[in-house]
Amino acid sequence: MQHDDVIWDVIGNRAFCSFKVKTKVQNFCRNEYNITGLCNRSSCPLANSQYATIREEKGQCFLYMKVIERAAFPARMWEKVKLSKNYEKALEQIDQNLIYWPRFIRHKCKQRFTKITQYLIRIRKLTLKRQRKLVPLSRKVEAREKRKEEKALIAAQLDNAIEKELLERLKQGTYGDIYNFPIHAFDKALEHQDEESETDSEEEEEEDDEDVGKKEFVAEDEIEESDLNHSHFDRVEEDESEEEMEEEPEASGSKGKMPLKGAVFRKKRAYVEIEYEQEMEPVPKSKAT
Amino acid sequence: EERAVRLDKHTKKKTKKPKKQPKPPHENGNDSMIEKTEPEHVDAPAEFSFPPTFSVSEIKNKQRRHLMFMKLKQEKRKQKVAIKKKKKKERDALGDKAPPKEVPKTIENQRVYDETTVNPEDEEVAFDEGTDEFSAYFNRLTNPKVLITTSDRPRGRTVRFCNQLATVIPDAHVYYRRGLALKKVIPQCIARGFTYLMVINEDRKVPNGMVLCHLPDGPTAHFKVSSVRLRKEMKRRGKDPTEHSPEVILNNFTTRLGHSMGRLFAALFPHDPQFVGRQVATFHNQRDFIFFRFHRYIFKNEKRVGIQELGPRFTLKLRSLQKGTFDSKFGEYEWVLKRHENDVCRRRFNL
Repeated sequence: MQHDDVIWDVIGNRAFCSFKVKTKVQNFCRNEYNITGLCNRSSCPLANSQYATIREEKGQCFLYMKVIERAAFPARMWEKVKLSKNYEKALEQIDQNLIYWPRFIRHKCKQRFTKITQYLIRIRKLTLKRQRKLVPLSRKVEAREKRKEEKALIAAQLDNAIEKELLERLKQGTYGDIYNFPIHAFDKALEHQDEESETDSEEEEEEDDEDVGKKEFVAEDEIEESDLNHSHFDRVEEDESEEEMEEEPEASGSKGKMPLKGAVFRKKRAYVEIEYEQEMEPVPKSKAT
Repeated sequence: EERAVRLDKHTKKKTKKPKKQPKPPHENGNDSMIEKTEPEHVDAPAEFSFPPTFSVSEIKNKQRRHLMFMKLKQEKRKQKVAIKKKKKKERDALGDKAPPKEVPKTIENQRVYDETTVNPEDEEVAFDEGTDEFSAYFNRLTNPKVLITTSDRPRGRTVRFCNQLATVIPDAHVYYRRGLALKKVIPQCIARGFTYLMVINEDRKVPNGMVLCHLPDGPTAHFKVSSVRLRKEMKRRGKDPTEHSPEVILNNFTTRLGHSMGRLFAALFPHDPQFVGRQVATFHNQRDFIFFRFHRYIFKNEKRVGIQELGPRFTLKLRSLQKGTFDSKFGEYEWVLKRHENDVCRRRFNL
């Protein structure tokens, strides 16, 4: 025989109930079959013979009803009714099953069912939206990568690399005639040239016009070869002059047109050069090395 | 008796000579020990010749062990210096005939040959590059237009980083994310003519990831971002970058993957750099880390150039390259960083 009042007196008021959670203001009931979640005389599943709840399992709602005749077999005490996915139909089902039951339980069941469907809808909506994926970091791996990065940075010698690349581009003439260096190079080379070989440059002078269309300043080695082949450019014959020319970086396309002798020729050269440079097409800037 | 011998040798408190003691006791008898120590006594006490069987770790006394170890180190250092000096002398003596200097081995030198390394004259690569997603850019059909955004709720550092990136990249726009889904953002971007979508991911108030998506239907690269330095943390930095288009330097992108990375970065910037601006953006790949720097340069003469760092700096490490636009679930990944792939051989790199 189930004496509800006695049970309630014991667990609710006087002695210990393992499902009760006491807070300053309220008492909660942690029993999974509790319909409201509070610890009350009317909500206690242990202290009420006639009791029903709604519970949700994997998106499916069930109506649980307590059959007090089977109080001796707690595992079989609760009867389960699967509710329809349609909200109104489910409410009707609840009504049908709990017909003649106390108003309180019917009402609370419907309230609970409504709440459950609402949160199920929200879950479905959220899964469609963006899901934040948490990627765990391994401390060891991170530390290792950090160290590798530091070493790579040291090995990279970035400043040097950038400077080298810029100077390369200057040599190759990607900057056109923005910078005045060629003239300086010319002057220097001129001085050297004047001191050393004048006859050679005379020979080269005639062939300079042929060079107008050419710009072959990819690498110094190549220039030397082309020089030897075509025999233009000052830095040809004499090793000394070659070395000196190599030392002096050549800024733009028409470098290497060594002026012959005297300032007059130098000026002429300059004019030719300017024209020459204008004819050049800009070298594409992006290169993947 | 042995002890008396040894103590005589040492003026200092340190008992250095007993180095012979730990090893032999269990091997030889006492007599042999005495014999060994006596001839030593004849030699100058300052000269140690450590016998090859000697090991510092066998001394039980910590102080003595430490002292012996220091001595050992000093010895080694002295020997090293002596060898170097000798070599230098020999080299000077030989003059021109000296053998060429040995090049030290570095990881870059010893790098395992990657079969996907691009040969500059490779036709297949050239053909691929003529028809891939960047061909539109490289044929000058499109101009880059970049949309920069962040993950949800960015913190100050990330926001500032985005703004600075926007000054570095010409024609870049920063938009606040507002919890939008990337998949929905992408069609809108395409509709408005953007060519790039850049999403900076943030973790613990610091940018730590970047998704770079080439828009019409281009590859999506996911990077890990580290060592972000904002402009005000730069030492000796100059004024802010101007509006001129910077030049681009791409270093060390050798393999096929590296090549596509290089093109990815190159397509961020407009074709024609304005040399007047004298600004250069560098993407330098070293051991699979891509270092980004932004400098202003000036040619002092034809041999020297001065560079001054403006702008933010950061390092990238490629995590994955996906063929289409951003789609983490169904995307087709061209390349994914596998954690233990490069642990096997530390001289193997992918980019």
